[in-house]
Amino acid sequence: MSEAAAREVVIELQDVRRSFGGHAVLRGVNLEILAGETFTILGGSGSGKSVCLKHMIGLLKPDSGRVRVFGQDITRLPEHRLVPIRQAVSMVFQSAALFDSLSVYENVAYPLREHMRWPEARIAARVRACLSAVGMEGVESMMPAELSGGMRKRVGVARGIALEPRVILYDEPTTGLDPANQQRVGDLIRSLQQTLRITSVVVTHELDLCFSVSDRVALLKSGRIAAIGTAEAMRASDQVDVRAFLDGVRDSIEDEPGGRVSHGR
Amino acid sequence: MSVEPSMHPSNAGSEATVHARVTVFGAWILERVDACGQFALLWLWTLRAATRPHFPVLETARQMEAIGARSTTIVLITALFTGMVLALQTGIALARFGAKPYVGSVVGLSLARELGPVLTALMVGGRVGAGITAEIGAMQVTEQVDAIRSMGADPIQKLVLPRVIAATLALPLLTVMADVLGVMGGMFLSWAQFGIDPNFYLQTVFNTVTVNDFASGIVKTFVFGWIIAMVGCFSAFRTTGGTVGVGRATTRAVVTASIAVLVSDFFLTQLQVIL
Repeated sequence: MSEAAAREVVIELQDVRRSFGGHAVLRGVNLEILAGETFTILGGSGSGKSVCLKHMIGLLKPDSGRVRVFGQDITRLPEHRLVPIRQAVSMVFQSAALFDSLSVYENVAYPLREHMRWPEARIAARVRACLSAVGMEGVESMMPAELSGGMRKRVGVARGIALEPRVILYDEPTTGLDPANQQRVGDLIRSLQQTLRITSVVVTHELDLCFSVSDRVALLKSGRIAAIGTAEAMRASDQVDVRAFLDGVRDSIEDEPGGRVSHGR
Repeated sequence: MSVEPSMHPSNAGSEATVHARVTVFGAWILERVDACGQFALLWLWTLRAATRPHFPVLETARQMEAIGARSTTIVLITALFTGMVLALQTGIALARFGAKPYVGSVVGLSLARELGPVLTALMVGGRVGAGITAEIGAMQVTEQVDAIRSMGADPIQKLVLPRVIAATLALPLLTVMADVLGVMGGMFLSWAQFGIDPNFYLQTVFNTVTVNDFASGIVKTFVFGWIIAMVGCFSAFRTTGGTVGVGRATTRAVVTASIAVLVSDFFLTQLQVIL
């Protein structure tokens, strides 16, 4: 960790608390994501992992606590001032969240059209490059509804890298995929980190994915970070919560009561 | 709950019930007030989105087509049959006073001032309000709205603004068509059923219905169009609970929009009478 301490902190959560309808989901989360690393937040369903992730890009605002991205405090920033942050930090959603009314091409081109004043040829080239980076050439004209779950996730990643972000946040990237596609998405996360030097934050409850991609891992339990450390340290940890989660003791991974809350606007 | 321990257990029971009811009622009121505030905020944000760069011209045009052009059939069928049944009923009623030839006056006045605008709004409200809520509500529950935000774009500018503009502009246009076709329907029925000469019918219409009557109906439809789109979008953004939630939100949007159209119609008409 000594060499890690010297690295730039990209995202920092300080005592972040957030509740929905009286139910406390985050009860004081402290985290630092370092430049270039792949950081995984592990936790059972309803433990607040996705909520935690959405705070990192300002989709949710904390009730109290601070969120810093690239050193800038984004806790109380209004939407339009978050735009530069959101160009540098992109999010890949659990359900991919592709726009159903747009073709694959238009989906990937969406952030480019929003932020770049590029001629169409340049946009087309970038879209093709992003799709080929995720192994999805030749599907430009298809609609999202025509794609399988794994393909949708990969197109979601392609859209996520279109603006060449410095950080990608992955919300449950392998949930609901078959083993081959899980492996493929895991490889993709790692290769993006290695080739493009992208910092990745992965939220998942899948141990295989966690230990195949992560440099560091944090375990979120009952709205707090129960344990944090390098992937090897976590795997070898004898801390009760960590062991319980890794060894699949039922109590620790069962849904926490009231955990499945909606968090719309 | 720091209720004093009561000496009479039966009293304590009823006190607790009253307390519980007041609490429930209070929570209900708070929720409504909160919703009103959020609705006002959505409108404010929509106005602000209109002044920001990247005005969604293409999407607004697309929505004009979806909301306006594609509603013509149902609006015209509604207007035609309303005009005919109106002529039929007023013909029977006026016959009692020996005033049957003046069917055109009553039909024209009723359609221009009231029935054209309101029936068009109710039909469009059902079709378009439901469509808006279902589409954006589904986007909300599948995180597509969050995805728009996460890419640094504004869902209000992308989704709400085009629909509000389109509905506010389309409804008056549809109402003009409805007024015209309703009067034609009345004309056809008066001729077929009562043997009233179409020329005479039209003459009675034009002699009775003033530009003011016609305009007072059309002015209201701007407000109706705004209500339909705003309620649809508002309801959509509050959708929670997956596909079931989308169904619930859609129903709520249509009901709310219809009631809001009818209630605002009364007050707008009162306002016009006063002015």
